[in-house]
Amino acid sequence: MGSQVHGTQEFNKSKRAEIKFSEEAMAIVKGIVSHYPEGKQKSALLPVLHVAQAEFGGWLSPEVMDYVAEVLKIKPIEVFEVASFYTMYNLKPVGKCVLEVCQTSSCWLNGAEDIVKYIEKKLNIKVGETTKDGMFTLKTAECLGSCGTAPMLQCGASYHENLTYAKVDTILETYKAEGKLRSYTDLDYKNTL
Amino acid sequence: MGRKLLIHNDKVPNIHTLEVYRAHGGYASVEKALKTMTPDQVTDEVKKSGLRGRGGAGFPTGLKWSFLAKPEGVPRYLVCNADESEPGTFKDRYLMEHIPHALIEGMITSSYALGAKTSYIYIRGEYFYVARIVENAIREAYAAGLLGENILGTNFSHDCYVQVGGGAYICGEETALLESLEGKRGNPRIKPPFPAVAGLWGCPTVVNNVETIAAVCPIVNMGGDEYAKIGVGKSTGTKLISASGHINKPGVYEIELGITVEDFIYSEEYCGGIRNGKKLKAVVAGGSSVPILPAELILKTAKGEPRLMTYESLSDGGFQTGTMLGSGGFIAMDEDTSIVKNLFTFARFYHHESCGQCSPCREGTGWMEKILKKFLNGTANESDVELLWDIQSKIEGKTICPLGEAAAWPVAAAIRHFKQEFLDIAKSKKFIDVSHYNRLNKITA
Amino acid sequence: MKVTIDGIEIDVPKGTTILQAARMIGPEVAPPTMCYYTKLKTSGGYCRTCIVKVTKGSTQNPNPMPKPVASCRTEVMDGMEVQNITSPEILEARKGVVEFLLINHPLDCPVCDQAGECKLQDLGYEHGSAKTRYEFKRREYDMIDIGDKIKLHMTRCILCYRCVKTCEQITDGRVHGVVHRGDAAEISTYIAKAIDNEFSGNVIDVCPVGALTDKTFRFKQRVWFTKPVDAHRSCTKCSGKTRVWLKGDEVLRVTARKDQWDEVEEFICNSCRYDHKQVSDWVIEGPSKISRQSVISQNHYEHLNELKLQVLKQQKALGFMPLDKRP
Repeated sequence: MGSQVHGTQEFNKSKRAEIKFSEEAMAIVKGIVSHYPEGKQKSALLPVLHVAQAEFGGWLSPEVMDYVAEVLKIKPIEVFEVASFYTMYNLKPVGKCVLEVCQTSSCWLNGAEDIVKYIEKKLNIKVGETTKDGMFTLKTAECLGSCGTAPMLQCGASYHENLTYAKVDTILETYKAEGKLRSYTDLDYKNTL
Repeated sequence: MGRKLLIHNDKVPNIHTLEVYRAHGGYASVEKALKTMTPDQVTDEVKKSGLRGRGGAGFPTGLKWSFLAKPEGVPRYLVCNADESEPGTFKDRYLMEHIPHALIEGMITSSYALGAKTSYIYIRGEYFYVARIVENAIREAYAAGLLGENILGTNFSHDCYVQVGGGAYICGEETALLESLEGKRGNPRIKPPFPAVAGLWGCPTVVNNVETIAAVCPIVNMGGDEYAKIGVGKSTGTKLISASGHINKPGVYEIELGITVEDFIYSEEYCGGIRNGKKLKAVVAGGSSVPILPAELILKTAKGEPRLMTYESLSDGGFQTGTMLGSGGFIAMDEDTSIVKNLFTFARFYHHESCGQCSPCREGTGWMEKILKKFLNGTANESDVELLWDIQSKIEGKTICPLGEAAAWPVAAAIRHFKQEFLDIAKSKKFIDVSHYNRLNKITA
Repeated sequence: MKVTIDGIEIDVPKGTTILQAARMIGPEVAPPTMCYYTKLKTSGGYCRTCIVKVTKGSTQNPNPMPKPVASCRTEVMDGMEVQNITSPEILEARKGVVEFLLINHPLDCPVCDQAGECKLQDLGYEHGSAKTRYEFKRREYDMIDIGDKIKLHMTRCILCYRCVKTCEQITDGRVHGVVHRGDAAEISTYIAKAIDNEFSGNVIDVCPVGALTDKTFRFKQRVWFTKPVDAHRSCTKCSGKTRVWLKGDEVLRVTARKDQWDEVEEFICNSCRYDHKQVSDWVIEGPSKISRQSVISQNHYEHLNELKLQVLKQQKALGFMPLDKRP
């Protein structure tokens, strides 16, 4: 095993200096922090990490985590501990669209395995990999609460349910044509695609 | 048709908006509670209703509320557990997505009863779009004076916020949820102290499931006694069941507790029977953690009585021949399904979701997954069945939080009821996935 | 408050945990611990080796507790009855915990500097099985340096959280923690940072296994060939009371003093630990008291009389007759 970032992460000071939330993102962050009592701003960490991930290219680099620590006035290790615990935070670069195919029970019972294989073949990548053009990353996920509409995949904020091969084709084509970064924080979720 | 109290209006166009929700009687419980009842009276109605926690544990909600410590000058919190992640369960998502105001109404009424000036709705991160819907509904409620200072002109003020998670099943455990809400790793706390005494930021806190909180509205509206008339014995009221698997009509159903399992599976009102004319093989009745039962035991108890959708009837016979209502995640499997492979997906799930704090769960869940993988590879031996049994028994009850049991029970039940399937694979050194063709058919259609 | 552990009753003050009460009775009934540490607040509860069975909750509520509880984190109630070594169920469960702790452990004791003072070794010896049922590849990590004095050998770690709590509670800024989750969880610093402050060396002493070792001592000598003496010096940062491990006149390492439960009595500063490796730096008080069971005790014969008595007692119990009394 061994982790992807065991102690040896590189930290680039000049990269770090460039990292700053846009005014819009900063306003959202401040709004989140205001939900908690004075001095409890650490509570905002999970939602703020989502904002940061969307803002800085879909993943959390050491520099970004360091920045988030500064914004929330907590220690960098506190950010790293949390970011590495939860599955939705990417600690390595990913494609613009991260496809997460649920594989637990009900989804398995309804064909999730073949959906994964189909996407692997179609994109010519394996689970965990990113396409050469940086467009798609394929992942498997554990139960996403879509058991009645299985099989399903999540891409950013969007839930794509009752998947068939044909539906997967449409989803991939649409995202590719759009060519934009898909984040959990997206407002324009495309559940009906 | 059974009575519906929670999602009876789910098909009304725009019921997610405050305007339509109110036009259909929404926020009546807030009006009634804040204007005509004391907080203790609201709690009393909840106690009388017999409402039990809908997240899975089934603990009496009124009792849980009464444990809340109320020291002077210390804030109290209500936290809604919307971290729905138990495989097979998607009812909270349905409720929040379609009728978000039902949850917010419940949050206000419940907070009034508990004396909580602030509440949080912790929604699993993957449900980000659902969080948006709930946030919009909260904004509407603020604008209409249903949240904020002096709600509906009364002395009661309340703020309600949404917090999204980061992807971790364990945060459905209430103390892990609180840790996560404090911006930490979702490591369950060692109890005592319980959240009712020291919860969010060390303050007294009640954590309730989405459906539990939403159920407070009809209870206040109709009165606890009236609510308690629905159902059987200690299983009162209605329950949302998430139905999935090999049934004709998967989805979320609101049932009166007390209908028969047979009716639920086969009637047109609910699941509509097993797909493709297949026979039922097994059911996981209350989310992945609860013991799987073969068809004959889920339809009838060991005593031969019809099994009912109630807390008591489903657990009749203990774990030898019974199961649990749990979160109401109802997964039906047809005759072609491999119980071993389904169990593998559960084992993989618990391995993936173990927080890693305590050793039996951290090390044991992965070990069980690896052994089950051997069955799928056709490399398992007969002795592996005994080993699996022994490992699960050494996890169960030895861990900090119930994830240990949740990981152990499915393994134990699968071996208890379907041991032959394991042995057959071990003997033949071959795993044949009979249902593969059916699955492929569905997604290539 | 009265509590009965394995049939032995003891009176303890309110707020005492079952583990503390058991330790007051004595080592025979005290459950083993891997993560609990008296000096560290909120420690314990993770490893599950100290679990016991509460057969009677209290006089007021005599119901048994439904599941085994972690004795280190459960306070006694008046009239509580507890089974530790008298419960076959608990001994079996403990065997399970030991097995879980060992399935991913490298078992590299022959080359591990902790050997001889390793809690996991002791635990495995007392409660483990002779052979493993685990047939899969064990978890492995690369060794890393966290600072110039501490080696982190994550493969050996049992995630007791003691080092994390030590840094949180006795140093002025924690830079390492537990990252990732489940069986991928590991101790790590943020980026390649060093754990670097005046008290950081204490993480070595609190580590129950060979995951955190003193780089200045690594591969210098097996501990059982060294002679620990209690010593002190005047220090402005800590009490200066330490244990100095000698080989002849050479100071091989300096650690904090440990009590009967192998827990640090007083944390020491890095200057005492690393910078004073001359015998002349120290005022030697005398041989450290080391438990008779420890392999380290072979260098200490001050317990010889006690040992003789023990041997006699055991022989008597077994029906042996002393040599001089034989016909």
